[in-house]
Amino acid sequence: MTAAGAPEVVAEPTGASHSGGGVARATSRPGQEVVFPTRQSYVDAVRDYRDSGFEMCSDLCGVDYLTHPGRTLPNGVAPERFEVVVNLLSLSQARRVRVRLQVPESDATVPSLFDLYPGTEAMEREAFDLFGIVFVGHPDMTRILLPEDWEGHPLRKDYGVGRVPVQFKGAPGPR
Amino acid sequence: MSDVQATTPTDGAGAPPHPDTVLDPPPSGDEFLDDGPFDRAQGLVAETSEGVQELSRRSETDPSQLRREVGAVLRLPEGVAVDPSDIDIEQTDDETMIINMGPQHPSTHGVLRLMLELDGETVLRTKPVIGYLHTGMEKTAEELTYVQGSTNVTRMDYLAPLHNELVLSLAVEALLGAEMPPRSDWIRMLMVELNRVSSHLMWMATNGMDLGSTSMMIYGFREREMVLAFFEKTTGLRMNHNFIRPGGTAADLPDGWEDDVTVICDTVMERTDEYDELLTGQPLFRQRSEGIGTLSAEEALALSLTGPVLRSTGVPWDLRRSMPYLRYDEVDFDVIVGTYGDNFDRYSIRLNEIRESVKIIRQIVEKMPAGDYRIQDKKVTPPPRGRIDESMEALIHHFKVFTEGFKVPEGEVYVAVESPRGELGCYLVSDGSPKAYRMHIRGPSFVNLQGLPLMMRGGLLADAVAVCSTIDPVMGEVDR
Repeated sequence: MTAAGAPEVVAEPTGASHSGGGVARATSRPGQEVVFPTRQSYVDAVRDYRDSGFEMCSDLCGVDYLTHPGRTLPNGVAPERFEVVVNLLSLSQARRVRVRLQVPESDATVPSLFDLYPGTEAMEREAFDLFGIVFVGHPDMTRILLPEDWEGHPLRKDYGVGRVPVQFKGAPGPR
Repeated sequence: MSDVQATTPTDGAGAPPHPDTVLDPPPSGDEFLDDGPFDRAQGLVAETSEGVQELSRRSETDPSQLRREVGAVLRLPEGVAVDPSDIDIEQTDDETMIINMGPQHPSTHGVLRLMLELDGETVLRTKPVIGYLHTGMEKTAEELTYVQGSTNVTRMDYLAPLHNELVLSLAVEALLGAEMPPRSDWIRMLMVELNRVSSHLMWMATNGMDLGSTSMMIYGFREREMVLAFFEKTTGLRMNHNFIRPGGTAADLPDGWEDDVTVICDTVMERTDEYDELLTGQPLFRQRSEGIGTLSAEEALALSLTGPVLRSTGVPWDLRRSMPYLRYDEVDFDVIVGTYGDNFDRYSIRLNEIRESVKIIRQIVEKMPAGDYRIQDKKVTPPPRGRIDESMEALIHHFKVFTEGFKVPEGEVYVAVESPRGELGCYLVSDGSPKAYRMHIRGPSFVNLQGLPLMMRGGLLADAVAVCSTIDPVMGEVDR
C-alpha cells in the first residue's frame, strides 16, 4: 500500500509553467482557480506553485464523494472516491489557487506536503483522522481530533451520523 | 438513560487501516508505577492516555518527528545549515522531564492540553494535544440545511460567532451567485467589526489575567459587556447569534442603533487609552512580554500562521485590505504590523486593532445606506411577516424555506474572511441539494497552534502561559 502511494519520479520537466502534463486546470463558477494534478505530479505541481510565489498553504482538507460520484470535473480527470483539496495562497500576488487531488478508495495514500509547507502538519493529520487518507512522508501520522482508540473515520459518507433516541412515535431510527 | 448511540461507529468504513496506523496499546504509565500498589494509578493513566498523539520520550521519538517538534525542520528546506547545538537530539531522557499542562488548566483558554518537555525550568519541546472539545460539527453540517447551517457554525469560534456566520453565508452566496443589497453588506460589516472589538477585549482581559494583571481582566470584561448588550438588543442573543444568514441578515438594526454604537465607540476609545496606561507603559508587563515567544516572518509563513500572529512578524497581511470582501475597500483603516514577532507586538497589534475597528465602525455609522437588509429572493429568504397573512404564495415560500431549505447549485468554493484570530476559511461543496455536501472550516486557531512549539522553545515555563495566550486559541474552533 505504501509503495504504491509513494511519490514516483515524474519524467516531465518542472519548468516555469504549471500546466505541464498531468495537471488539468479549470475555473470554478465563482471565478476561482482550480488545478487537478495526478498523484504522480501532485508534489511537483505544488512545488512549482511554491517556487512561483505561493508562500502559504492556507488550507488542506479531504472530501468523500461516495454519494456524489457525478460531480463536474474537467476532461481527463477520472473521479475517485476521495479528494484532497489544498488551498494555496500567494501573499505577494493576493491570489489563491486550489489543488484538487483524486484519491482512490482502494489505495488512499497521498504524498505529504510537509516538506514544502510545514504548516500542513496539523491539517494532514486532521484529514487522516477524519477520512483515513494516509499521507506518506508525514513525520507524525497520528489522530489529532479523535481519541487514539477510535474506530473508523467519521467524515466518510458511509460512517453513521448517530443520534440519541427520542421517545415519540415515528421518530427515525439510528442510521 | 438509554444507550447513547451518537458515539458508536457503525462500521470500520472502507479500507483497512494503514499498517503504520495500527494502534499500539497505550503506554502503561511510568515504570515506577509497575508495582502492585499503584494499579489504580496505572489504570487511570491508561484510561486518559492519548497514546502516540502525546509527546513521547526523546529515546522513543524518531529523528524526523523530533526535529519537527523542536522546530528545526522549518529551517531545513531553506538550505541553511542547521546548528547541531540547536537540536540537542542527543540530550538524554534523564536530564529532562515531560509534564502535562491541561486539559483542565485555567490558563490554557479551554481544554487545550500542552505536553512540555522541560530541562529545569526551560521548555525544550512542546506538543499541543487537542480534540477534547471535538463535537463533529463538520459532520453535523452535512445533516443541516443551509438555513440551519449558521446555527451550527456560530458555535465554533464562540468569541467571534458573527465571523463564522459571515464566512458560511459568503460561501453559500458565492455558490448561489447572489447579488447582495448594499445595506446588508454594511450591517454585516458593522456587526463583525463590533465582534472584533469584543473578541479583542476578551483577549486583553484573559491575557492580562495570564500575566497577573487582574484589573485588566475586569476592565476587559466590563467593556465587552457593552458590545454584548448591543448584540443582545440587535440579535436577541449575547452569543451564538444566528444573525448573519445566507441571503442577508436575520433582521434590520434596531431603532436608535447609531446612538448605541456611538456610545460604544466613544467609551472603548477612551478606555483603550487607560489600558495603555495600565499595561503598555508598565515595566513589569514589558519585561514579561518583550522578546518572549519570538517568531520570524519566514517561520510564520511556513507554518501557515495568520492574523495578529503573522502581522506581529512584520507581514502586512490582512484579508480586509489585501483581498477585500463586503465593502472593506470603501472604508479607511490601517493594518497594524509588528516588528519582532514577540508577545508585546501581538499585544499592541490587538490593542490597536480595537482602535482601527472603532474607526471603521464610525465610518459605517456615517455611510450606512438605506435599503433592504436581505435579498428579496423568495426561494432563499423568507417573506416578511406581514405578507404571510395576505398571500398564499408567501405562506408556501415561508414553509418551504424553513422545512426543506433552498437548493444551492452544484459546485465548490473556498471563501475566507479575516476573523480576530486570522484567516477563517470555509470550503463548501454542494451537490445541488438543500444540504451542504461537505463543509470544512479552516479555523485560524487550529492552524496557529502549530506555531506554539516553535515559539515556546527555549523559553521559561512561566512564559509558556503568556505565549499560549498571545496565540489566542479558542478551543471551540480548534476542535470543531
